Amino acid sequence: MRLSDLPKGSPAVVDRVDDAHAGDPIAQRLRDLGFVDGEPVRVVARGPLGADPLLIQIGSTRFALRRSEAARVAVKAETA
Amino acid sequence: MSADSLRIALVGNPNCGKTALFNLLTGGRQKVANYAGVTVERKEGRFVAPSGRVLQLLDLPGTYSFDAASPDEQITRDVCEGRYPGEAAPDLIVCVADATNLRLHLRFVLEVKRLGRPVVLALNMMDTARRRGIVIDVSELQRRLGVPVVETIAVRRGGAKALIERVDGEIPLAAPAQADDADSRNDLHAQVRALMAATVSMPRATDALDDALDRWALHPVFGLGILAVLMFLIFQAVFSWAQPMMDAIEAGVTALGGWATSALPPQSALHSLLNDGIFAGLGAVLVFLPQILILFLFILILEESGYLPRAAFLLDKLMFKAGLTGRAFIPLLSSFACAIPGIMATRSITDPRDRLTTILVAPLMTCSARLPVYTLLIAAFIPQRTVWGLFNLQGVVLFSLYVTGIVSALVVAFVIKRMRRDKSEHALLMELPSYRMPHVRDIALGLWERTKIFLKRVGGIILTLTVLLWFLSSFPGPPPGATGPAIDYSLAGRLGHALHYVFAPIGFNWQICIALVPGLAAREVAVSALGTVYAMSGSDDTVASQLGPLIADQWSLATALSLLAWYVFAPQCMSTLAVIRRETNSWRNVAITAGYLFGLAYLASLITYQIARALS
Ligand SMILES: Nc1nc2c(ncn2[C@@H]2O[C@H](COP(=O)(O)OP(=O)(O)OP(=O)(O)O)[C@@H](O)[C@H]2O)c(=O)[nH]1
Ligand SMILES: [Mg+2]
Repeated sequence: MRLSDLPKGSPAVVDRVDDAHAGDPIAQRLRDLGFVDGEPVRVVARGPLGADPLLIQIGSTRFALRRSEAARVAVKAETA
Repeated sequence: MSADSLRIALVGNPNCGKTALFNLLTGGRQKVANYAGVTVERKEGRFVAPSGRVLQLLDLPGTYSFDAASPDEQITRDVCEGRYPGEAAPDLIVCVADATNLRLHLRFVLEVKRLGRPVVLALNMMDTARRRGIVIDVSELQRRLGVPVVETIAVRRGGAKALIERVDGEIPLAAPAQADDADSRNDLHAQVRALMAATVSMPRATDALDDALDRWALHPVFGLGILAVLMFLIFQAVFSWAQPMMDAIEAGVTALGGWATSALPPQSALHSLLNDGIFAGLGAVLVFLPQILILFLFILILEESGYLPRAAFLLDKLMFKAGLTGRAFIPLLSSFACAIPGIMATRSITDPRDRLTTILVAPLMTCSARLPVYTLLIAAFIPQRTVWGLFNLQGVVLFSLYVTGIVSALVVAFVIKRMRRDKSEHALLMELPSYRMPHVRDIALGLWERTKIFLKRVGGIILTLTVLLWFLSSFPGPPPGATGPAIDYSLAGRLGHALHYVFAPIGFNWQICIALVPGLAAREVAVSALGTVYAMSGSDDTVASQLGPLIADQWSLATALSLLAWYVFAPQCMSTLAVIRRETNSWRNVAITAGYLFGLAYLASLITYQIARALS
């Protein structure tokens, strides 16, 4: 599943970040910001227009990501 | 520089308190605010350590990684790696980390450590960390990291004591330098996880209060409602709160003017210079100080509270549709204070073309220098009436002028996007900080700072231009036997009458035309210039306080509205154009900005004037 498809509030963990094209700087920045395998993530809020951007909580940090950015992150829903 | 002055650089993730720490140590007054990307330049300061040693401190832009994405991040990387032009690498790096957000911040600490330079880690925001029950085993963290670790509270007096003691001592040994590539950078996360597990215990990942506030502030319906009410409140307050203070300043200026000129013969040149030039001109601008301060009171509170990135979150989709990146929000918002810091703040925008678009539209944001012009005209021409049972009509008009600026910026950005057929991706990737209660002392200091800036402008450029205008409006004097007011025969008068041909279609009279010329330097100058021009052409006792009623009497409503429309667009500010030149390194961009803005201004005024005249 993609992070952009994750329902609001449901817990998941990051699987990996996929490059949208070779040497994708946005994907690398996401990894630098902590979107790496095994990290728990959650969608906290969605923007008012077209449910974009998404507010993602990872660790104790909240990042606003556009849907296209969040779509780079593959997640596994957590069965807890 | 003394031989043993140690050079220390402050680095760390954005918004961890580097600048607050810099100010605390050096007694500096660099801008501190609660969002990422406040500092975009390298700033230098110094302080004397208890041992008497002079320490040189560098404040740097925050960065998430040395894999720099934007111009401000490049500065930090270059300084740390010793590649900044004309500067050796710092002797010591103080890496600042937010103790409430270590999972993110420790990763960068590890990256800094791999530079192979002496590092001290400052765990900042320890006050908030304690309040939230976060426990950090500092000695274990120090042992595992292999760098000295100290705790700091940058917003409290004495909050950097441990850090000062540490940097005043022996320079710690550097870890061996390590190559930096994408794979090894990804390894850092594993190390951070191990460090966190061994040294940090957090009862809760986030602050419960933040979560509760965000449920409202970011709610799709209530969130937008709160934002709208907040904005509206600000403009209402600018009008309703300022009046008593404005009256007091006006009375003061009038009294001072009367006293200063009473000893002078009424027909002398000196009397005219003081009365028409200084008091009528400067007084006209000075009365707007309270309104500017009220605006800044709100801006400062919003900046420190952490609400601004939330507003950016709510409006991002709209900006995106217009072709602006989400990162453009903060620079554009700073432009409400003044376009100059706004344009500088675009350094945090990654893509050079996105950055240029933002720079081109930044002057459309209503800067505080427009406030005197707007409120002069609104107070003179818009009746103080309550509309819809709640709002002050003057506040509504002011609000709509701001909205016009914003909408035009979005439209212009959209057109630029279309023209370059932009298909590239605009990243947002914006961190939302914790909410913070603004400190009364910081807000008061911020307002004092603003007052000084304003008074410096009044005493500097505005005074100079007013005196110059007085000379141009006084000389040459009228020929013997002349009947009209003296100003008609002066250089300024002739210039005004000549320009009048160009500006008559948009309803400007020759007095406005004169005022627009010195007003090219800075927007408020137009107000002081109008004060002088009217004082010169009218009876001798015209002073500041009477400019409003005077123009209300002499101008048509259509002219006033047209001038308001002009000021929404016209780039009447040399410093903005100069900073565009500096930041983009191109005269072409300056010409484009000035050209399109003057074009829009003329067009908007023409339409406004012709419609208003047809309707009346
Ligand atoms: N409670 C608390 N707040 C702090 C502390 N240090 C800084 N702050 C606040 O944190 C916010 C960010 O501070 P800055 O000094 O602007 O952060 P910075 O690291 O310079 O940020 P950039 O320039 O954007 O990289 C401001 O709202 C400060 O008031 C601290 O020790 N405790
Ligand atoms: Mg800073």
